[in-house]
Amino acid sequence: MLQIRIHGRGGQGVVTAAELLSIAAFEQGRHAQAFPSFGSERTGAPVVAFCRIDDHEIRLREPVLHPDVLIVQDPTLLHQVDVFQGLPADGYVLINSRRSFEQLGLSDIVERYRTDRLTTVPATEIALKHLGRPMPNVALIGGFAALSGLVTLDAVSHAIRDKFSGKVAEANIAAAAEAYEYVTRELEELQRC
Amino acid sequence: MLKQIEGSQAVAEAVALARPEVICAYPISPQTHIVEGLGELVKSGQLQPCEFINVESEFAAMSVAIGASAAGARTYTATASQGLLFMVEAVYNASGLGLPIVMTVANRAIGAPINIWNDHSDSMSQRDCGWIQLFAESNQEALDLHIQAFKLGEELSMPVMVCMDGFILTHAYERVDMPRQADVDAFLPPYEPRQVLDPAEPVSIGAMVGPEAFMEVRYLAHAKQTMALDRIPHIAEEFAARFGRHSGGLVRTHKTEDADTIVVSLGSVIGTLKDTVDELRAEGERVGVLSIRSFRPFPLAAVRQALQGAKRVVVLEKSFSVGLGGVVSTDVRVALSGLQLRGYTVVAGLGGRAITRGSLRRTLRDAIADRLEPLTFMDLDTGIVQRQLQREAQMRRSGPIAENLLRDVGTVASKVV
Repeated sequence: MLQIRIHGRGGQGVVTAAELLSIAAFEQGRHAQAFPSFGSERTGAPVVAFCRIDDHEIRLREPVLHPDVLIVQDPTLLHQVDVFQGLPADGYVLINSRRSFEQLGLSDIVERYRTDRLTTVPATEIALKHLGRPMPNVALIGGFAALSGLVTLDAVSHAIRDKFSGKVAEANIAAAAEAYEYVTRELEELQRC
Repeated sequence: MLKQIEGSQAVAEAVALARPEVICAYPISPQTHIVEGLGELVKSGQLQPCEFINVESEFAAMSVAIGASAAGARTYTATASQGLLFMVEAVYNASGLGLPIVMTVANRAIGAPINIWNDHSDSMSQRDCGWIQLFAESNQEALDLHIQAFKLGEELSMPVMVCMDGFILTHAYERVDMPRQADVDAFLPPYEPRQVLDPAEPVSIGAMVGPEAFMEVRYLAHAKQTMALDRIPHIAEEFAARFGRHSGGLVRTHKTEDADTIVVSLGSVIGTLKDTVDELRAEGERVGVLSIRSFRPFPLAAVRQALQGAKRVVVLEKSFSVGLGGVVSTDVRVALSGLQLRGYTVVAGLGGRAITRGSLRRTLRDAIADRLEPLTFMDLDTGIVQRQLQREAQMRRSGPIAENLLRDVGTVASKVV
């Protein structure tokens, strides 16, 4: 079973991101479960959402305590919340930022985890470009597809069309695709290093 | 048709498939998405003929439901927590009058302290109100139970509450198989009321009944719930035959046949319990799970049958009767009357506290070793409880309890889960 935890702030579409991921996994014929942490639901307050993906029915309903994948929608949370709690040494991390892990003050994380699974992507900038709104969630899902290879960009696009329609859907698909390419390039550069 | 949707939306679509003619509701978390979904289906014309009535309170919601059902309409409403408490007088009237209203209760704690999160206090507060109470383990079961609930309620002329865990189910996206309209139509015949307010044939419903017949009317309500004990498994089988999956019924067992220790519970925690029990089984422990699907009527015989071979029974419940202990455990004990079993009550998950495999494992290990207290509050923070008790012992003006405890706990925003 694959477990994903998404951290962000109220108003950044954290819950929607988890739901989109579950729909993308469903599109690929898998079982998926997405749910929010039901904590403080005020704009700007720290919010957590979860997604589980598996090949059979998912019965477990506890919060994701040991995520395989961590998505951080707001880097200002990094020094407020222990987002890395429970992440195993081979976990994936995707942070919404143009800066590197080192520049974000996360050198100790780089030492503890597999660097080929740690990536940043400027999801808010990508969202502003395509949507005109600072909603990093969908771009990050595109980035997640590139980083993990666990869902395809095609399935993500399907999920976006399932949840949104018209111009909003198309703009989000474009944002997801750009983030996908960005992360793919980043990973290629990393491999050349 | 397979869909990946939110539990609330799944229930809204299932209720629509049952072709209700009147839906009246007042929004309250975590029920809101269900009635919003139904409101959209009515407004867009996908669900018709159906009147969606926005009411001014939960008391009005149940009162309108009573009127609509008495006029012969298939009627649906939904609520939770304080909303259920606010409508209680009318809730008793609906069952007393024998009106087959179906109501979703998106289970949520009751204040004070105010809390929007999940537990079973709301439904359990109404266990004696005369409604049938069915509990769902998953979103698939929640939507299936709604379709069964209309059939069951209308056959017996009794109202049915479908209880589903607030947020944990209502706000979770998962895969559901949405039935086809033609199959639901074949399963659920049009509503044929036993009594109807009709200007062409005037009758009165709701006569005052004195000592001469009150006990008999009440007894009939009990007799009907006893009949429901037969009808619930039949309807579940009929449902399985048509839709190809098992949902509902009185109880469901998981690895109980040779189990020394059986955990009894209800609602969505059953899933986490099954995973935990499978882990313990892999480690050689003979444990099983008994899931109660119908809490009212309470299936005494089925519960006894499932538990009688065990050495110990752990009732895990998201509710408790202050000053006594478990609510569900009291009923389980009636089912086990005369049997020499060790019994434990575990109160867990109150006000939305996460029930984790780790905590369940610890608790079940303690039960297997018979070192569990007869009444255990799982993951209780005894530190802050003691601090408050000391505060109260030390000074008269110790202040409000909730505020004191929140100060002791500190900020929760920095916690991950």
